[in-house]
Amino acid sequence: MATRNVLWNYSKKIFTFGLIGLTASDSLASISVVRDDCVLVEKTCLVKYKFSHGDVVVFSSPSNHKEKHIKRIIALPGDWIGIRHCSDVRRIPEGHCWVEGDNPSSSMDSNSFGPIPLGLVKGRVTHIVWPPQRIGAVEKRIPSDRGQAF
Amino acid sequence: MGVLNYMSQWRSLAKEAMDRTAIVAKFLCLLHVTNTYVCSSTLVYGPSMLPTLNVTGDVVLAEHVSHRLGKVGLGDLVLVRSPGDPKKTVTKRVVGMEGDKVSFFVDPMSSDICRTAVVPKGHVWIQGDNAYVSNDSRHFGPVPYGLIQGKVFLRVWPLDSIGFLGE
Repeated sequence: MATRNVLWNYSKKIFTFGLIGLTASDSLASISVVRDDCVLVEKTCLVKYKFSHGDVVVFSSPSNHKEKHIKRIIALPGDWIGIRHCSDVRRIPEGHCWVEGDNPSSSMDSNSFGPIPLGLVKGRVTHIVWPPQRIGAVEKRIPSDRGQAF
Repeated sequence: MGVLNYMSQWRSLAKEAMDRTAIVAKFLCLLHVTNTYVCSSTLVYGPSMLPTLNVTGDVVLAEHVSHRLGKVGLGDLVLVRSPGDPKKTVTKRVVGMEGDKVSFFVDPMSSDICRTAVVPKGHVWIQGDNAYVSNDSRHFGPVPYGLIQGKVFLRVWPLDSIGFLGE
């Protein structure tokens, strides 16, 4: 009887802990693994979907919802953006954003699949947590060759 | 002596307050988890889903399990985060899955121009049941599967038309 009680208490505690953990990771911040890196993802920006140019975000790939990608927001709704490798200029539609990787030569980004809906964004990356030699904050910056979105 | 007595009184009061707050917090957490992972209720209104759903507002239950497992199929009513405004959620019917060919009238009100589109990989084609006023994939194109928030399966309000939805 006593062991059963102990087990019951333990499972209750684990359940509560799981509930609180899940809620916190949904609404405040969570740690997610993308490729080899662990990153801290902040979720409070999802309440109002307020992002700024140069934010690094996690989003689920438009062609496969199970894949998560990390890219930098280059342009927000209403901006005009020039597409790389081609001279076209296009306007970002309402509710969408333009994302690009920091390595322009090998990156699967908006240059290939176009602007993505903001609804796919799952959070803003603030810190790298793992590997230890790269622990630190992820800064907001706009690549110099992209200049100011106009 | 009086001070000690006072202190212990305060301590027990604070302990009780803490316990109560913890219970409320746990309850809210449970609510959040059921709402995001199991099933939630949504108020749906607007003319775009006539005659399946009313204009004045229906309360429907949506489950959040099958879209995570990738089980959303043709003919399902789904809650989709609007591509034009991520803060809004719209209710539409899935008309085409990835790879399907979809034919649709561009503007059924004034003309009968018919167009055909192929749904790209990882996308779905969503349309309202009322083709005349619905703002759907015919305007903004196919939407990524990742925007689907849930599958509507039961109407709970108004009470006289309570029942399962779908197909």
